[in-house]
Amino acid sequence: MKKNDTILLGHGSGGKLSHDLIESIFVKYFDNDFLRQQTDSAILNLGNKKIAYTTDSYVVDPIFFPGGNIGNLAIAGTVNDLAVSGAIPKYLSCGFIIEEGFPIGDLEKIVKTMAIDAKEAGVVIVTGDTKVVDRGKCDKIFINTSGVGLIEEENVNIGSGTEIEIGDKIIINGSIGDHGMAVMAARNDLKINAEIISDCACLNNMINEVSKKIKVKFMRDATRGGIGTVLSELSKNRKFGVHVQEDKIPIQEGVRGMCELLGFDPLYVANEGKVVMVVGKNDANEVVKILKKNTFGKNASIIGDIKDEHLGTAWLETVIGGKRIIDMLSGQQLPRIC
Amino acid sequence: MCLSIPARIEKINGETAVCSVGKSTYEASLQMLEIEEVKVGDYVLIHTGFAIQKLDTEEAEASLKTFEEFKKMNDDLDLEEEQEGSRIV
Amino acid sequence: MVLNFKAMKYIDEYRNKDIVVGIAEEIKKNSTKKVKIMEVCGGHTMSIQKFGIPYLLPDTVELISGPGCPVCVTSRGFIDKAIAYARMDDVIITTYGDLIRVPGSHSTLDKEKAKGADVRIVYSILDALMVAKKNRRKKVVFLGIGFETTAPASAAGIIKAQMAGLRNFFLFSAHKVMPPAMETLIDEGVEIDGYIGPGHVSTITGEGIYADIPKIFGLGVVISGFEPVDLMQSVLMLVKQIENNDPKVEIQYKRVVKPEGNIKAQQMLDEVFEPGDDWWRGLGVLKDSGLKIREKYSMHNAEVQIPVEVAPPIEPKGCICGEILKGLKKPKDCKLFAKVCTPSDPVGACMVSSEGSCAAYYLYNR
Repeated sequence: MKKNDTILLGHGSGGKLSHDLIESIFVKYFDNDFLRQQTDSAILNLGNKKIAYTTDSYVVDPIFFPGGNIGNLAIAGTVNDLAVSGAIPKYLSCGFIIEEGFPIGDLEKIVKTMAIDAKEAGVVIVTGDTKVVDRGKCDKIFINTSGVGLIEEENVNIGSGTEIEIGDKIIINGSIGDHGMAVMAARNDLKINAEIISDCACLNNMINEVSKKIKVKFMRDATRGGIGTVLSELSKNRKFGVHVQEDKIPIQEGVRGMCELLGFDPLYVANEGKVVMVVGKNDANEVVKILKKNTFGKNASIIGDIKDEHLGTAWLETVIGGKRIIDMLSGQQLPRIC
Repeated sequence: MCLSIPARIEKINGETAVCSVGKSTYEASLQMLEIEEVKVGDYVLIHTGFAIQKLDTEEAEASLKTFEEFKKMNDDLDLEEEQEGSRIV
Repeated sequence: MVLNFKAMKYIDEYRNKDIVVGIAEEIKKNSTKKVKIMEVCGGHTMSIQKFGIPYLLPDTVELISGPGCPVCVTSRGFIDKAIAYARMDDVIITTYGDLIRVPGSHSTLDKEKAKGADVRIVYSILDALMVAKKNRRKKVVFLGIGFETTAPASAAGIIKAQMAGLRNFFLFSAHKVMPPAMETLIDEGVEIDGYIGPGHVSTITGEGIYADIPKIFGLGVVISGFEPVDLMQSVLMLVKQIENNDPKVEIQYKRVVKPEGNIKAQQMLDEVFEPGDDWWRGLGVLKDSGLKIREKYSMHNAEVQIPVEVAPPIEPKGCICGEILKGLKKPKDCKLFAKVCTPSDPVGACMVSSEGSCAAYYLYNR
């Protein structure tokens, strides 16, 4: 079978196809040490300080969904990429590409949202750009945000997880799949009604509450591709195995039902307010306690641990005590008959 | 093949029924069932937008009862393990 | 850990760990001979892998995956023709998500979509009918794949299209029926000791269609549900049948499968379709194994109404999907598996379909 010669929707879904594209095109030509790390943010030296730098683009449809809008995503996505790298997010840029005919009222709603979120997260939007394109040349509105933050020397390995040890525990701050299913339900061409709200949120304050007291060894935010992708990535080429217990993973009832109906695996459904953390086994309970005190960590749970078996693999102990591998999703999840 | 899921009929609208799975709802076609034989509160299997069969809840409850035996067997074995430090199987 | 837990009734109870373990113990106690049990339903393949069931079974019981994935047994030629339709300017293709990445001889529907073809994924044929209603000037072709569970939906769709006078709606049928495949496998000498019968196919057809299998071939069929408890109980029932040399058709999935099935759905099938010979990947042509649209509904038959020339399909070298579908080889035996043929870059249908043996194996079992 010939290799793809055109871009497919699957290339944007955060799973295997996306990874392949990044490796075979972007990293290949832009090649440098920073890029090769492929962490959520790049860690750079600027004078005698270290900064984290990241960028993300937002093209969600519909732009208004239960629990938020594209503006919320634009701020949270970039703030979280910085925060999970161990940095304190400071400044954001934002670029807008807007379709001719887009209602200014909607633009105002979105920008207002962004202002509120940025203020709450303690970041400042310091520069931006706006482009307008002909009707039909972009889908309503696309937003790109870039961000910089300050990072202490002791935290630079959080994104790559080089300090992870056997026995460490894996923690998540709440329920999985909320965002992906909220957006899917909102699309309504599936005629499914579910009371699901996106979990979109800036997690930097919550993360700070943990990291100022406890050494965090690894963090990644679980966005497209779900926690399944994060757990699989975490295990690749490592000298440890990632063991996760299905019955410890928090999931909202509405999300679960909708996933069953459509045949989706919640492990691979998008989130926008979830972080996967790895901490020392003696710190795990304390971390959960701290998370639970925060609005965005109320349902925090220890979901697994780092083991000295099945090295280089992530695996799930299922609700019935069976075992299966957690791999990266290869394309997008689609409603199936089988 | 056969992604089908049991859902509860919440409302009947002529040839379709609004059905719930957990907290999600979906409006499925009743074209494959005899409409007189279904009512609100019944469970049906939904497949590609159609209700393809009504669940026999009596059978379901009966089968769940037989499973109690397996549960008990497992509990007995757990107890044995506690007491003797091992199990037959 | 489910938050705001509201038990999904008749689903969660069948995922109870204690019951599953209890049944596993019972299987161990009863199983003395080495047996190979085949399931012929993609939904079963998925469930078995997703819940990690093989891990719970004793070494004496081996589960094999058969040709139960409608995507996997659909011919490359069907995809090639669907792609030919997709390339026509006045055609909208509507399809279940399962087909979108299945390889044809040169391309996939996914790739054609990327190049500008109007290919739309739908959850139900009823959605495709809506597309036809809203796009009267276009020909809307619905790709009908699936066995007896899904074919009635296509029948229902065609009946509706007929009644509504939707002359721009067409079905391209690759629908198939299970029993000929199940019998051919045994005829060809594939080593099986019993069948886990397809639960939702049987919901429609009832248990009668499997009668010949114990009678003529001496193999039992236990019609199973899809939850872990169902599958485990079905394995137990089959093991007992085999140990007692008592092959028969049994229904484990009693809460849904009636011995007579769904009569109304069967009547709809009979109204729209008639049996015809069909080509199965891995099995070749099987007599009366396909569902062809009757003359009466030929105005909605894509193959009749939209003539198109398609070159003979090209099968890739090294692909042993056929043998894997028959349970003769395991994915690991294929030279292409996980090297050239991966879920993101599939060569054969067994890898593309998320419930094909190879995909399930790759995802859950490597």
